[in-house]
Amino acid sequence: MKQSVKKLLTGAVLGLSLATAGIAQAADPLKIGFVYVGPVGDHGWSYQHDQGRLALEKHFGDKVETTFVESVPEGADAERVIRNLAKSGNKLIFTTSFGYMNPTLKVAKTFKKVKFEHATGYKTAKNAGNYLSKTFEGRYVAGFVAAKMTKSNKIGYIASFPIPEVIRDINTVQLALQKYNPKAELKIIWVNSWFDPGKEADAANVMIDQGVDVILQHTDSPAAMQAAERRGVYAVGQASDMSSFGPKAHLMSVVDDWAALYIRKTQEVMDGTWKPENYWGGMAEEDIKIPAFTNMPAAVATEAQQLVDDITSGKFFPFTGPIKNQAGEIKVKAGERMPLNELVGINWYVEGVQATAPE
Amino acid sequence: MDIDLITNVLYAMVRTGTPLLIVALGELVCERSGVLNLGQEGMMLMGAVVGFIVTLTTGSLLLGFILAIVAGMLMSMLFAAIALGLNANQVATGLALTIFGTGLSAFIGAAYVGTPITGLEPIAIPYLSEIPLIGKMLFAQDLVVYLSFGLFGLVFWFFKSSRLGLTVKAVGENPHAANSLGLPVMRTRYLAVAFGGGMAGLAGGYLSLAYTPLWAENMTAGRGWIALALVVFATWRADRIIFGAYLFGLASILNLVVQGLGYPVSPNLLAMMPYAATVLVLVMISSNVMKSKMYTPMWLGKPFHPHT
Repeated sequence: MKQSVKKLLTGAVLGLSLATAGIAQAADPLKIGFVYVGPVGDHGWSYQHDQGRLALEKHFGDKVETTFVESVPEGADAERVIRNLAKSGNKLIFTTSFGYMNPTLKVAKTFKKVKFEHATGYKTAKNAGNYLSKTFEGRYVAGFVAAKMTKSNKIGYIASFPIPEVIRDINTVQLALQKYNPKAELKIIWVNSWFDPGKEADAANVMIDQGVDVILQHTDSPAAMQAAERRGVYAVGQASDMSSFGPKAHLMSVVDDWAALYIRKTQEVMDGTWKPENYWGGMAEEDIKIPAFTNMPAAVATEAQQLVDDITSGKFFPFTGPIKNQAGEIKVKAGERMPLNELVGINWYVEGVQATAPE
Repeated sequence: MDIDLITNVLYAMVRTGTPLLIVALGELVCERSGVLNLGQEGMMLMGAVVGFIVTLTTGSLLLGFILAIVAGMLMSMLFAAIALGLNANQVATGLALTIFGTGLSAFIGAAYVGTPITGLEPIAIPYLSEIPLIGKMLFAQDLVVYLSFGLFGLVFWFFKSSRLGLTVKAVGENPHAANSLGLPVMRTRYLAVAFGGGMAGLAGGYLSLAYTPLWAENMTAGRGWIALALVVFATWRADRIIFGAYLFGLASILNLVVQGLGYPVSPNLLAMMPYAATVLVLVMISSNVMKSKMYTPMWLGKPFHPHT
């Protein structure tokens, strides 16, 4: 907490000096605030949001002025931080973790002229929208690549917490495995953390000991990629491009790119056209990117790229029926697409997943 | 479970327990001298970031480890200057050191996030490492793990048989009595704190140079706190600390192994196991109150004024 206070103070001092400097300019810059749950140096979730902020600054130059507060715990502290950002003149505030949802809406009620954007939630208000990324689209491609590249038919999935986003992505990988390599088995290990390099590496090593030869991760550090490189198996990176940590192990990374969204939202606030929305962007919106396919035969890479193109164009949708749950009941009929509002809160596993869903 | 799997579990147990062991041994010496330094996490992070940057820029792992130790020591001297030199509250100073170290390491390391290095590789000792079950665990590790075996032996011997060890204990039990005997109370405490700092720096360097050769903010993820708790639950005994550290390592790895094998046990329950098992077992073996009291430094955390 002290750390974020420190950053806030630095931000405030910086903001002050910039504001004084801004008097000479013709128009005042639009002030934009960001709240992060982790440190910007996690090389994962918060890091990618900060990359989005930097891209925004680069795009608009001195027309905008951004402030961020990092490592803000979800809960009462968050409300105070968001309120402070609103008080100090920020006209657009991005709050980038699930637990900031209620604090964001509470502050939004008092500051009617400030626009709020909350990531990964589901509530909106007149001046508060929310946004989410379709990581499952990228994860489906990862499932395809894993299905093609495994020799042992054992795929590992390092999971953080059983929330809808993680359950959805485990499901999408299982769907891809079923389609492209029904013999492949998905091993899931929960590490109960978004970020603990040591534990993520331990989980990867345990999986490799048990015969896994492709590792997928739903945690934020590149430690699993590194463990895969050391042990000579394959891995898929998460949130940011992790290819440098596994020159021989890296197959692909599912990268969250928030730049386009942040630039669009800022432009809308500048133009006065901003409206609250439930925004869920994926490959088509360039929010989910797969920078490169590496260490695989050209034929696999070509087919994977085709999959990306089909998902992008909307020709293919990963959650297309028939989809059964673990009990074997049909949840999505053949040929139908699972509606997004059901996918958002999904809390059951598809047939074939060897795990128990949380109650 | 087949024999290969058990061999690998034992190997991973020692690797996982090693950073805890190193930090806890350092803190043990520090606490036996009567000084409670809660800054482990901050010193570890500084060791990790300094070691990483040095190795990245010079290409030398040895230099990285040496400067990681130096960084930990410097941090501990900052603590000592305030807590011993100025007689400030040790708990508050230690907490401040953790917060300071976390922030400073993040600041220094910001430019190095996402940069990979080649880490310290394990060295398998011929023949010995092929002994079934325990060969890989004891003889196929990296140099820091071998060093940690030696450090354990050293600390154990230090308190059991050395004169200096006796001095440290005397200073922690009753600094006034030690002082009137002519023992150098303050010098002993400074040295004990420096040793603790160096060990924390080494453990941090182990994380960023060997365990997961990368730098990321707050990458210690609470290991310093676990080590602190370990010292207390091991009732300030080196032999119980090594036992506790490996027990924690074993429980952490088994949590993952059991999940991978697909046994239907709740992951939440499994995640709790390392903490529950370690505390339970150590409390059980330390349940003799009289004996435990014998090992508890009586003056722990209390400042000492030589002239009052």
